[in-house]
Amino acid sequence: MKATSHFKNIAWNLRCSLIIAEKDAKIYYLKPPVLIFGLLFPLFLFLAFVLGREISFRMLVPGLLTMSLFFTSSSIGPIIYPWERNARTYERLISTPISLPFLLLGDALAGFCYGVFISLVPLILGVVLFKAAIIHPLVLTLAMILASFCFAFLGILLSSPVTETPSQIMMLSAMVRFPLIFISGVFLPLDKMPVWGKIIAPLSPLTYAADLIRYSFQGQSYYSLVLDFSLLGLFSLIFLISAIAFHAQSLKRGI
Amino acid sequence: MGKKCPKENVNIQKGSKTNHRNAPLSIAIRAVDLTKYYGKLRAVDHISFEVKRGEIFGFLGPNGAGKSTTIRMLTGILKPDGGEIYLSGINLKDDLIEARRVMGIVPETCNVYVDLSVWENLMLMGKLYGVPKTKRKVRARELLERFSLHQRKDEKARKLSKGLKQRLILAMCLIHNPDILFLDEPTSGLDVQSSRLIRGIIKELKQKGVTVFLTTHNIEEANLMCDRIAIINKGKLAAIDTPQRLKGVIQGSQSVEVAFDRSKPDELRWLKDIPCVSRVEKLGNKFRLYTDDPDKVICEIVKYRELKSQRLTLLNTLGPSLEDVFLELIREEAE
Ligand SMILES: Nc1ncnc2c1ncn2[C@@H]1O[C@H](COP(=O)(O)OP(=O)(O)O)[C@@H](O)[C@H]1O
Ligand SMILES: [Mg+2]
Repeated sequence: MKATSHFKNIAWNLRCSLIIAEKDAKIYYLKPPVLIFGLLFPLFLFLAFVLGREISFRMLVPGLLTMSLFFTSSSIGPIIYPWERNARTYERLISTPISLPFLLLGDALAGFCYGVFISLVPLILGVVLFKAAIIHPLVLTLAMILASFCFAFLGILLSSPVTETPSQIMMLSAMVRFPLIFISGVFLPLDKMPVWGKIIAPLSPLTYAADLIRYSFQGQSYYSLVLDFSLLGLFSLIFLISAIAFHAQSLKRGI
Repeated sequence: MGKKCPKENVNIQKGSKTNHRNAPLSIAIRAVDLTKYYGKLRAVDHISFEVKRGEIFGFLGPNGAGKSTTIRMLTGILKPDGGEIYLSGINLKDDLIEARRVMGIVPETCNVYVDLSVWENLMLMGKLYGVPKTKRKVRARELLERFSLHQRKDEKARKLSKGLKQRLILAMCLIHNPDILFLDEPTSGLDVQSSRLIRGIIKELKQKGVTVFLTTHNIEEANLMCDRIAIINKGKLAAIDTPQRLKGVIQGSQSVEVAFDRSKPDELRWLKDIPCVSRVEKLGNKFRLYTDDPDKVICEIVKYRELKSQRLTLLNTLGPSLEDVFLELIREEAE
């Protein structure tokens, strides 16, 4: 009896997560500027770094896809809570019958969907226009899903500091996310990075996503697939658990 | 499962030492020894009370008294540092989610989603509370009608005035037909029309058996609406009782106001000499006589009038106001 009620509880909460994701989509994601930004920003940033280098466009597709996944999945998450606090919807939201982990999961789910759908655009363009061949479609699919969740959880974690000013969190989020793209082998494959790069790259979850996506297109990875997937999973867990802990902590202090 | 027998405890309220097995049926909210610290500040200090099913229970206190902190603990937003909360006999710690499903909550600082339409706001809450689709729609239409919002149904909530937003907020917390309603300063800062509408609706809900717990710093509101009032100051309960009985707390604070058409030199002394008048105040051309027996005082005044062939231009009896009680209790606290 205990087990069935536990199961019911989880089913209820998951249902609520979906409703939260739907709310986030309506309020934050499905706005024309947000969608356009999600499409163009990774592209421009990427072009800014690679133009003038002697690489074929086809070789660039994995990097562009990684960038796109990273920037979209983690972009809106950070501002959700400052925004809800500022708009005075926060307390009402946390007083509904949903437990905190599932509330945050719902927010991450919205980031995940946004990331995956927007990233399908560079993926399709890469395959159709630049004839990039996907050698390992299964790995690519799993990597995109796991990576997108991981980055969405990072976004939710960045949303934890208590503030009513979304711009402050935007700053924090930029300070955390931009450096990551330089140390994670997105532009340059890891084996071509300098020694210092190889040493700090393992600290970034983006490294493993980039490695897996490059493998899906080019058949070669720097780390083993098992290591890449495990570490992406580990980072996801760490981000989610610390996000829950931070949010729970501020709830306890009544802020 | 989840229904632990509440511990025996001492409660300031009368009649609380009933059989605890029956308590869950008639008692909607039961707080035992609730305490909350913010750092070193003891915002809520060992308070205990019970709210009966179908009662409108008011929490009255000045700003910073601990009203919102209490309501946030009762609704599970804040974890108490000490004490227990039972809603319909279920300990909040055991099953918060289940308890929340029968609660309607309007936090103090609370807004609608301004980017969603009035209708979408209602639907969102309905979904989060698990109201089935058709029921949700029927209920939402009823509520829009009752709150005079049906014409604005498809507009973005951004366009609503403050009063209309507050109505929508209340409608949103009623979409799942809650048994217990928690309202933190529901009419504070609203226009008269919206306040009146909201008060009317709260009274209707009471008729339907809904229990209402509301906080306010407005004495008149508490007086008008509540079956019982708890007065809280600096985190401590100063009193819990009906508005009438609270007014009875202050002895000799009834008064009679009187004014005469012509002034006589000895009138003040004469009024002071009426037996059972404890104090006389001169306010402009009228006198206020404090007493615990207004009837007797009026008879004496009439005698005086005939004796001196004066004419009365004003005769008025004043009961003690809840404000007097409130100030009195708060002053006692401070001493
Ligand atoms: N999150 C918080 N952190 C620290 N102090 C707080 C916090 N919230 C409220 N307080 C303090 O606790 C006391 C009670 O506050 P509150 O319950 O909001 O009072 P009320 O609702 O009666 O105006 C006040 O002194 C207030 O300044
Ligand atoms: Mg308050």
